[in-house]
Amino acid sequence: MQSDRETGGVTRRGVLAGGAAGAAVMGAGPLVAQDTPAKAAPITPVATMLTVNGRKQRLTLDPRTTLLDALREHMQLTGTKKGCDHGQCGACTVLVDGQRINSCLTLAVMHDGDEVTTIEGLGTPDKLHPMQAAFVAHDGFQCGYCTPGQICSAVGMLEEIKDGIPSHVTADLDDVAFSDTEVRERMSGNICRCAAYPNIVAAIRDVQGQRA
Amino acid sequence: MRAFSYTRATAPKQAAAGATGAGVKFIAGGTNLLDLMKLDIERPSTLIDINRLKLDRIERTDEGGVRIGALVRNTALAADSRIRSDYAVLSRALLSGASPQLRNKATTAGNLLQRSRCPYFYDTTKPCNKRVPGSGCAAIGGFSRNLAVMGVSDACIAQHPSDMAVAMRALDAVVETLGPDGTERSIPIADFHTLPGDTPHIETVLKPGELITAVTLPKPLGGRHLYRKVRDRASYAFALVSVALVETADGRRIAFGGIGAKPWRVEAAEALDTPRAIAAAAFAGANTTSQNAFKLPLAERTLAAALAEASAQERQA
Repeated sequence: MQSDRETGGVTRRGVLAGGAAGAAVMGAGPLVAQDTPAKAAPITPVATMLTVNGRKQRLTLDPRTTLLDALREHMQLTGTKKGCDHGQCGACTVLVDGQRINSCLTLAVMHDGDEVTTIEGLGTPDKLHPMQAAFVAHDGFQCGYCTPGQICSAVGMLEEIKDGIPSHVTADLDDVAFSDTEVRERMSGNICRCAAYPNIVAAIRDVQGQRA
Repeated sequence: MRAFSYTRATAPKQAAAGATGAGVKFIAGGTNLLDLMKLDIERPSTLIDINRLKLDRIERTDEGGVRIGALVRNTALAADSRIRSDYAVLSRALLSGASPQLRNKATTAGNLLQRSRCPYFYDTTKPCNKRVPGSGCAAIGGFSRNLAVMGVSDACIAQHPSDMAVAMRALDAVVETLGPDGTERSIPIADFHTLPGDTPHIETVLKPGELITAVTLPKPLGGRHLYRKVRDRASYAFALVSVALVETADGRRIAFGGIGAKPWRVEAAEALDTPRAIAAAAFAGANTTSQNAFKLPLAERTLAAALAEASAQERQA
């Protein structure tokens, strides 16, 4: 969770963004022009207020902007990752009003007035959220790309169990309890292609144990 | 994603009245619509955001059933205490569908309107009569393992993807709507989805601008409620075959998912004695391909397992 600024000013993200701008200057117009279709209808920006990680953010957005893109491109909160961009991998999972959702499949303008918590809002490098600390302790990540979504999802999931919300593997719909089987089912919307799953389950079990 | 204009509606009548023009779509959860917009399959010119319509409550009806607001999220519906106790088949169906993140956003009405997951509907380089009317069907003679075997036509063999709607079909749910002119309609779910025929792009009886406001369930049936779903992985996958079963002292209700162009129920088959007889009657006139013919014996066996489980529960009770 190091900020762009702490790495001496030159970041991979900065280089990538600068590279795209440079290409435009050098006349590779069509590459960047894909953002605007040839016969684009006029776009009316929409004013939207989000509270992200406790901070009010007033934005004026192209309505096509997903919540994910608003976080990454407009607020520079790049902890939330864009994986499949179609709700299939869970890398973009954030908490909205406490509930986990795929930020890629919702428009930012649909969340006017909502409270959003991203991986950056759960903890800081100096004071990790218990779930972040448990993922570190149990090595719940390898490449790490799915990790922010896994952690946000895990935090949301424990609340869902606490609230008595059943799952597909709950035997008695009125008797919801924590188990590894429940964790596996409830985390199935988050895909990790390194297959760190056993360590992720262990990390979540650890946090649940601390809470219980 | 193509450009569109965006408005937020604050009342159902306002939303419906503003939705009459071509290319106007309501957006609620958006989990299916935005996916299709990114793929350039859905191309609305205007989105009316209906999330502020306050249609997010589950209430008792005068008839002793429940009225589920159109905007009730799948998670909230599955977890509602009345749904869990009186309509468990619906809770089970919802919990078997999608992922928790999607269920936290997806709505009751949106689930009824979700589009098929036929691979050729999604592949814009291939002909699809559902996506581009009159362009042809690449699924017929193509990769059809997941596709429908009942209610299909020469123009389309796409399957209906919903689990929720299968349970609602077994429960005789009714879809309540509000038209742009203020007209209210109550549509039995059996009549809500249409078969493809030669117009597979038309999937429901909704008229332009008509807004789903609620889904009502009749008074509880009692009995055993089961939803069994067979799929290629243990979670987060669409059904190859699913069975919604409600077994009561007075009789049983059976609806199948993954089988039909719409949620598939044949009332006349439900009173028959054996899974084989029920399946034979329910699937008379099946139209299979070499790749999806397995769904018929699989559905029969899934039904047999559900009936056996219901009997076992009854003996234990």
